[in-house]
Amino acid sequence: MNIFVCIKQVPDTTDVKINPETNTLIREGIHNIVNPFDVYAIEEALLLKEKFGGKVSVISLGPPQSINALKEAVGMGADEAIQLSDRAFAGSDSWATAYTLALAIRKLGIFDIILCGKQAIDGDTGQVGPGIASQLGITQLTYVFKIIKLDPEAGTITVERLLEEGREIVEAKLPALLTVVKDINQPRSATLFHIRRASKLLIPTWTAADLPGAAPSRLGLKGSPTQVIKIFTPPKREGVLDLIATDNVDQSASILADKIIAENIL
Amino acid sequence: MPLLEIDKDKCIGCGSCIDSCPFGALSLVDDMVVVNDQCTGCGACLLACPMHALNLPAERPQATVDNLSLYSGVWVWVEQFNGQMGGISVEMLGQGRKLADRRKAALTACVLGHHVEHITKEAISFGADRVFWVDNEILAAYRTAPYASTLIHLVREYKPEIFLLGASSRGRDLAGSIASVLYTGLTADCTGLEIDSDSGLLLQTRPAFGGTIMATIICPNRRPQMATVRHRVFEMPVADPSRQGQTISIKAAMRAEQITTQVVDSILEKDEVNLADARVIVAGGHGVRGPAGFETLRRLADVLGGAVGSSRSAVDAGWISYAHQVGQTGRTVRPNLYIACGISGQIQHLAGMKTSKVIVAINKNPDAPIFSVANYGIVGDLFQIVPALTEQFKKKMHK
Repeated sequence: MNIFVCIKQVPDTTDVKINPETNTLIREGIHNIVNPFDVYAIEEALLLKEKFGGKVSVISLGPPQSINALKEAVGMGADEAIQLSDRAFAGSDSWATAYTLALAIRKLGIFDIILCGKQAIDGDTGQVGPGIASQLGITQLTYVFKIIKLDPEAGTITVERLLEEGREIVEAKLPALLTVVKDINQPRSATLFHIRRASKLLIPTWTAADLPGAAPSRLGLKGSPTQVIKIFTPPKREGVLDLIATDNVDQSASILADKIIAENIL
Repeated sequence: MPLLEIDKDKCIGCGSCIDSCPFGALSLVDDMVVVNDQCTGCGACLLACPMHALNLPAERPQATVDNLSLYSGVWVWVEQFNGQMGGISVEMLGQGRKLADRRKAALTACVLGHHVEHITKEAISFGADRVFWVDNEILAAYRTAPYASTLIHLVREYKPEIFLLGASSRGRDLAGSIASVLYTGLTADCTGLEIDSDSGLLLQTRPAFGGTIMATIICPNRRPQMATVRHRVFEMPVADPSRQGQTISIKAAMRAEQITTQVVDSILEKDEVNLADARVIVAGGHGVRGPAGFETLRRLADVLGGAVGSSRSAVDAGWISYAHQVGQTGRTVRPNLYIACGISGQIQHLAGMKTSKVIVAINKNPDAPIFSVANYGIVGDLFQIVPALTEQFKKKMHK
């Protein structure tokens, strides 16, 4: 079974703090991590490989330092990794990112499953997975919470998807692209054996010239239909905290209930 | 190599740009701005520079092959589940109406499903001038391929200028697929949509970095301008059953045998944890101490007709299922009332709930960050306060 995992290196938002006086981001000490949802995708790929055999290849589009994210994936047990990094890719929005990743996947050849995290925690768009599936013309299964059944012979997969109203069980034909949510598995830690392998493994860096059929006008900033025209910090919440403090719990609760009812929102 | 170009002759080393960069890519070295590989070419710094010393390569996508002026009108995909229109769709029809009026254009609702004719009438009552109604068995349950192909077909034929979808699981699944095929811009999870008075472009504002920054995004050269829209951001319009509109019946663009997916079962949460639609959420965190603690919260939620939410730590501890998780790795919610019980208020949790209309914090620790976003707070033991509050609401709301 040939499995591809698309991952992204993101700033660790647990490091992100807001300066309460200026209401701006404090960036000191922010380091980069593998997008947390992508870690679940890597784990799911490794679980499938353990069950069905085959190969797990990890792909990432990003600046040169994103190679560290790929090394982490290999440290967990991925077999091979490909980095896509080129000035021509810089400034890609979700459309151009999906386009570039799809070109790389085509070049890598035949696959059964592509796994992605449901979204990246920096952009939070969740659009790249569906974008890749459409570009490749394959089945797309988003917000997957469990792979119930996989039959490589028949080329079918049954998954459970997490939706607003509950869950949904979907049967689909392979090849398919799955985006996974957090609860799908418990990602393993990197092992010393694999970390050593990661440090020795040659991870190729592909540029636009390495992608057959890449239209330069569809890459990077130039190929991105969306443009960011303004970035700002959101206005602080209006109003100050009304702290209710009495000696008696029932009295505090009564005052709070009155105030909430007076808001006219129930 | 970063994309940003710095004109060293113009840079005066004032550092104005440094704070404008959401990625921390800019710094001062020898009184001159330098950029590192964290730069994504987002362009946030360009406006911050008083000397116009920062530039991005000017080359942008060429105007579309199609003439942009051929595209007109605002479209809304009306999401339905089991024959019921989603609340998000009603909100989008309201906002879509306003945008269409600003553009002096028509508002079109796209209703796909099976036996859902009643929704076409509802869409008109909420502001649509025209409804594309696609009735087919293959559209009974939402599936990406038949929905996407039908809508792509409609867009190509009728050329809307703006196309809005809800930022629900289905809306995001569908929008990403459509925009990819049409090669057009898609902005996810918008919380602001306006028309720029000069250019007539759709200004799409959305949170990023878990809500710590906001970005305004445009799609100048491709059509339609597509956006998914967050729930409970825009006002619900009032239905006007006397409104008239045109309903056009359209054929689905796929046949059953071409579809590679089959929905075999749908399991509704028995406790109806639809956080997206909930007007009231009572959420618990570490301080709830176990599954039994959530029962205390549930009683309050029941009295208020709300849903139960949770922080990540309570889900990770196994006290409640992931479907309840609010925050960056869970759901983003915007209820009228959010009561946070025993939740300290990590930045990832705040990202998922801080735009709620009224926030109440109940926590033992007076220094918990949750109090910084709360409108009302009580410092104390939630196991005393929540039951007392439940009783008070029972009494006062039945009056």
